[in-house]
Amino acid sequence: MAELIQILISGLAAGSIYALAAVGFTLLWQASQTINFAQGEFVMLPAFFVLVGMGLGLPMWPAIGFALILSLLILGALFKKLVVEPMLPHGTLPLVIATIALGLLMKESVKEFYGATAQPFPAIFPQKVYQFAGASVSVQDIGNLAVSMLAIGGLQLFLNRTRTGRCMQASAQNPAVAEILGVDVKRMVMYTFLINAALATIASVLISPIYLAKFSNGETLGLVAFIAAIVGGFNQIRGALVGGLLIGVIDNLSAVYVSAEYRSAMPLILLIAIILLRPQGLLGTKEGRAV
Amino acid sequence: MTRIRIILIALGIAALVAAPIGQGNYIIYTLTSWLLFSISAMGLNLTLGYAGQVSLAQAGFMGIGAYVTALLTLAGVPWIAAALISITSCFAVGLLLGWPALRVQHHFLAFVTLAFNTLLFLVLRNEEEITGGSFGLVGMPRPSVFGIATDSNLNFYYFALACFLVSAFVMWWILRSPWGRAFKALRENPIRAESLGLKIRRQTLLAFAIGSAFGGLAGALQSPLVQFIEPGSFALIHSLKLLLMVVVGGAGFFFGPMLGAAVVILLPELLRFTEGYYLIIYSALVIVLMVFSPQGLIGLGQKLWNQFRPRHETRRDMKKGFQL
Amino acid sequence: MQNRVRTREEGNTMFRTLTASAATALALIAMPALAELKIGSIVELSGPGAAAGTNFRDGVRMGFEEINAAGGILGEQVAVTEYDSQTDPQVSRAMVQKAIDDGVVAITGTVFSSSTVVNMLVAKQAGIPQFTGSEAPSITAMNNPYIFRTAFGSQKGVPKMAKYMADEMGVKKVAVVWANTEFGKGGHESFLKEAEAHGFEIVADLPTEQAQTDFSADVVKLKGIEADAAFVYLTEEESARFLREARKQGVTLPLVGETTLIGHKVIELAGDAANGAMGHVGLTPDANIPAMTEMVEKFKAKFNYTPDHNAIKGYTAAYTIKCVAEMVGEADSQAIADKMHGLTLTVAECPGVLMDVSWDETGEMSRESFFVEVQDGKQVVKAILPPN
Repeated sequence: MAELIQILISGLAAGSIYALAAVGFTLLWQASQTINFAQGEFVMLPAFFVLVGMGLGLPMWPAIGFALILSLLILGALFKKLVVEPMLPHGTLPLVIATIALGLLMKESVKEFYGATAQPFPAIFPQKVYQFAGASVSVQDIGNLAVSMLAIGGLQLFLNRTRTGRCMQASAQNPAVAEILGVDVKRMVMYTFLINAALATIASVLISPIYLAKFSNGETLGLVAFIAAIVGGFNQIRGALVGGLLIGVIDNLSAVYVSAEYRSAMPLILLIAIILLRPQGLLGTKEGRAV
Repeated sequence: MTRIRIILIALGIAALVAAPIGQGNYIIYTLTSWLLFSISAMGLNLTLGYAGQVSLAQAGFMGIGAYVTALLTLAGVPWIAAALISITSCFAVGLLLGWPALRVQHHFLAFVTLAFNTLLFLVLRNEEEITGGSFGLVGMPRPSVFGIATDSNLNFYYFALACFLVSAFVMWWILRSPWGRAFKALRENPIRAESLGLKIRRQTLLAFAIGSAFGGLAGALQSPLVQFIEPGSFALIHSLKLLLMVVVGGAGFFFGPMLGAAVVILLPELLRFTEGYYLIIYSALVIVLMVFSPQGLIGLGQKLWNQFRPRHETRRDMKKGFQL
Repeated sequence: MQNRVRTREEGNTMFRTLTASAATALALIAMPALAELKIGSIVELSGPGAAAGTNFRDGVRMGFEEINAAGGILGEQVAVTEYDSQTDPQVSRAMVQKAIDDGVVAITGTVFSSSTVVNMLVAKQAGIPQFTGSEAPSITAMNNPYIFRTAFGSQKGVPKMAKYMADEMGVKKVAVVWANTEFGKGGHESFLKEAEAHGFEIVADLPTEQAQTDFSADVVKLKGIEADAAFVYLTEEESARFLREARKQGVTLPLVGETTLIGHKVIELAGDAANGAMGHVGLTPDANIPAMTEMVEKFKAKFNYTPDHNAIKGYTAAYTIKCVAEMVGEADSQAIADKMHGLTLTVAECPGVLMDVSWDETGEMSRESFFVEVQDGKQVVKAILPPN
């Protein structure tokens, strides 16, 4: 029992971070049909911004702020202006290729300019561990889970309750009509990209103390975010959240109870099963967006 | 075909025959690698450029081809039989994989192939009784053709060249057939094509399976070329690399994949002077290329050509773009 | 808080590495003009092996730069050309071929065994001595007279450790945690063989994924069993994550491993969680070997990161080539390869090898090594293990 609780808590803590990346992923898809193959690298990079900031002499929190600003600028605004915008008229494929190349660019740049080996990353939560029903629960686990949930919950509120949020939804669902109704669609799309950059920064700051900061982190994280988004439902924030948590838990469960050798196969099998049985994803809605 | 084209193609083939003469082993080996990746990229081009589907498992299909060929040739089966079995198995797996994926939405083939490629890697690594696990398989024999051994790099190059020319011819024939022409119709206007009675799903599925079979042939050549295979060579990242090859060269153009493969394979060489930065430069160039010419290098070339010959009509069929 | 200080020190690396690599780039470009002695450094600079490969490459670079600064080999400057194997056996084979076509005297690399297994055949055909960083047992079992190790194979390291576990620690039941890659598998197989010889009972056999984010499931399984010790064979970064999770879940059984469990990089990454881990290391800066400490300090100053064992392998490879070439009196591939077999290099005659070392007829090497335990973030030598 203690074993199971341990696995569930650790799985949820890791899964909540995957969810952050997955939510950003679905946002971009909804707003601009961008399948961002560089999403994993988007989570990898802000950690290095933090490290650079601290290298310049900033304490941890200001360094995180510094990373957030850089991420909003580079991963949000510049990414949209320089890469996505000029390519939108060409359809999805060139953009997919461009994001694959962008992922490679970010990965290789970090490797060449910062280093190929993993770097220790400062923890934002105290390194305390408590015993709970026989399981070891760290403040870090709970903190990660809480911050991710707050971020996603806040985002959900923002999208549903504020005027800007609803305009963003309208722009995503039907840009033409939204435009006619006087919504500045371009600006709404830009907001989406900024939100994605912010989510990626949060995910990066949460996961790097555990995962360590390394140029190649995006490979694993990107794949997980991708699977979580599809499993949960490509057009729903709630879906991506559930998808992320589910992948985190399933990964751990299958490592303990099924087969450690095939632990990474389970999420993939789930993915294929979902596509066959419920293509809109667990929580996705059917109409979605015509592709 | 116009006479000029025939002459150009004959010249091209002559150049390929003459290319390795007097070259060092490295150049010959690299040229052979290029031929092999061209075959694979050509197959992916059928899926991507003509049928408009993204497959993220082309490296996986090369893996199936390479492992099937390796296991069979190590057991004493002649290469040609092993290669045919490789090609058939890739075709069959392609059908099995594509059928359910294409049943649902348009872009789901990309997701299914992505999952498949990663699963395949795990199977190749974990089922070590058969596949040798992460230590891989070593010492696959190189085939003999009409009693001539291909053990030397030069002979193997000509062997690969023959395979390449046959595949290119088959591809050309497929695209020229009424069935292949239907793709152009499909790409230009799917709704009209459907109303004219084209079974889009069946067409696309076959294209994907045939494209995968080309991957199988490439894998069947890779086994005897490298004489060592391991699961890592067929991981997802290599599928992405193949995808880049096709699009950088020019998806939907016959010579696009060959050009793309050449760029990817020769680039480290050309950018050697930049030390470790070649991948950074390459990826930046790909982004720029996609911004300015989503039709790849060949598309870019055509654009420039048309600048000088303004009367020429640009390709309308590419305008629709593809959907993932 | 300790973490913060450490990262701040490393922070400027981005800019320094930029200038440093620009400088070395210039140096490397400038060299060939006067150099006649070519060395090919074929390593994993991209792909999954990039971290290990970069370390090895930098070790080789630093070694030859020092050698050149001190007058080169036999009065000739050395030109090192670096080739990226992309951690791909097929490419690595091409790159070794290319280096040979370029006329190199010797080759350093590759680190990943899956690449070395393939490209060593090319070097063999051409008769070029190759100094590999790979540790898989199969490398020296193929009768290749041109392959030489820069660190002994896992079939030599693991027995030393298993013997220590049996004799000194009284281990009877043991759990094995290993990376499910060709690296981890080599260690895993060697250990299973030794476990049988020493009569250990394997109570748990836990493969893990490379680049796995979360080790909680693996540690949970480890906690659930009764064992006297766990043998942990992961790469440096995975070891650090594993140690942290083990600390978090309060694992008390002794964790024993190789250099990759207790190396300096691991201690840097795992922090306090590394305390108590022990294992066998071939080369350690804390073994009171001034040359080694000095090398590590120079490396840190030059490249701004803590070298791992791969960097040390690369560095000693450079000096081995220099010393052997000077012993035979000419930079001739065949002569160097011939001389290497059965050779013992002592620190007295070749300080750059850092420790006395010998090679046998298969290219396998042997060297004294240490059994250490991490205490207060430092390796403490508990026993010196003789060469085997």
